[in-house]
Amino acid sequence: MRDLFRGKLVRLTWEEPDARAKIEVQWQRDTEFHRLADSDPARMESEKKLKEWFEKQSENGFKPERYSFSVRTLEEDKHIGFFVLWLDLIHNEAWVGIGIGDRDFWGRGYGTEMMKLCLQYAFTELNVHRVSLGLHEYNPRALRSYEKAGFRLEGRTRKDLTREGRRYDSLWLGILREEWMQMQNGDQP
Amino acid sequence: MFDIQTQLFEARDIRFGPIDHEKDPEIEAKWTHDSEFMRMMEINPARPLSAAIIKKQYEKLEKQIDESKNLYHFAIRAKEDDRLIGKAGIQWIEWTNGNGWINLGIGAAEDRRKGYGSQALNMLIRFAFAELNLFRVSARVPEYNEAAIALFEKFGFMEEVRRRQALDRDGRRWDLIVFGLLNSEWQNQAKA
Repeated sequence: MRDLFRGKLVRLTWEEPDARAKIEVQWQRDTEFHRLADSDPARMESEKKLKEWFEKQSENGFKPERYSFSVRTLEEDKHIGFFVLWLDLIHNEAWVGIGIGDRDFWGRGYGTEMMKLCLQYAFTELNVHRVSLGLHEYNPRALRSYEKAGFRLEGRTRKDLTREGRRYDSLWLGILREEWMQMQNGDQP
Repeated sequence: MFDIQTQLFEARDIRFGPIDHEKDPEIEAKWTHDSEFMRMMEINPARPLSAAIIKKQYEKLEKQIDESKNLYHFAIRAKEDDRLIGKAGIQWIEWTNGNGWINLGIGAAEDRRKGYGSQALNMLIRFAFAELNLFRVSARVPEYNEAAIALFEKFGFMEEVRRRQALDRDGRRWDLIVFGLLNSEWQNQAKA
């Protein structure tokens, strides 16, 4: 069987609310990180508020429509990022949210490996039919990484975002189960 | 094409109005018993509902409108007898980005194909662009809803995204299409 939680660079973990809150406060200082990851205005939240939010998530138990993971590097055992899968249980689709808050690990293949682990989990453990995500036009590094992991561009909603006074498109990507299976057999998409 | 005297909520055969908490629940509950209508409107599983549940949903909706401030809802009424014939709205508005999502439905089968949907969409677009000043609007349509696709195309919406096989219905998979219309495109239509 495959190792679901371990790649060559990173492993998936569950971090406690206080540790997640502490590191989230640091990541929120980085507005570039926020603007790459989200379409809402950047903001700052207190460690207390974040901790309560993460605690609430744990208290509610594990819901069948939400799977979240923290990510640590294998080499230094450093907590660098996260990903979340939200499921539409009726139509058997998963949406991904993914981020590396520690910018020392941008552009080095960590994100691509996280996404590969994410897709492996979605298709072999959650057994979904497709995985979807959205990103911003001004994040070409993420686009390259997602395409490397097997996603295909399914369209762009034109100019639906304003940053620094300019309008940008959002890009919408998807990968089907059969496409992912073919990649596992060594065929390139 | 429009000026400030042109009413936002009045069209030839229909008008937009507020929810009538006494009369509307009964009618909308009836629509929910039409599974075809529900599957055109929603990607959530269709289920037949009672008037009492619809009444609670209206209360929840009005509370949500007050609290979230990113949502507008209209009851569509026939001008001739003021009866409820459908619902329309703009939701998930992101004010900082100037975008929102359209939803629209004509409830009873006998009220469809009479141009009511077209008049409602015309008002909804004008409301989004000339009153809310949004930069763009989007609409999400399953590929099997051909009437909706034809309507959005007629109003100049562009098919922007096709989420392949995103829906599972009647034992097969269907694409989910996202349509988009920009405020500037709508203004150019008015000039042409």
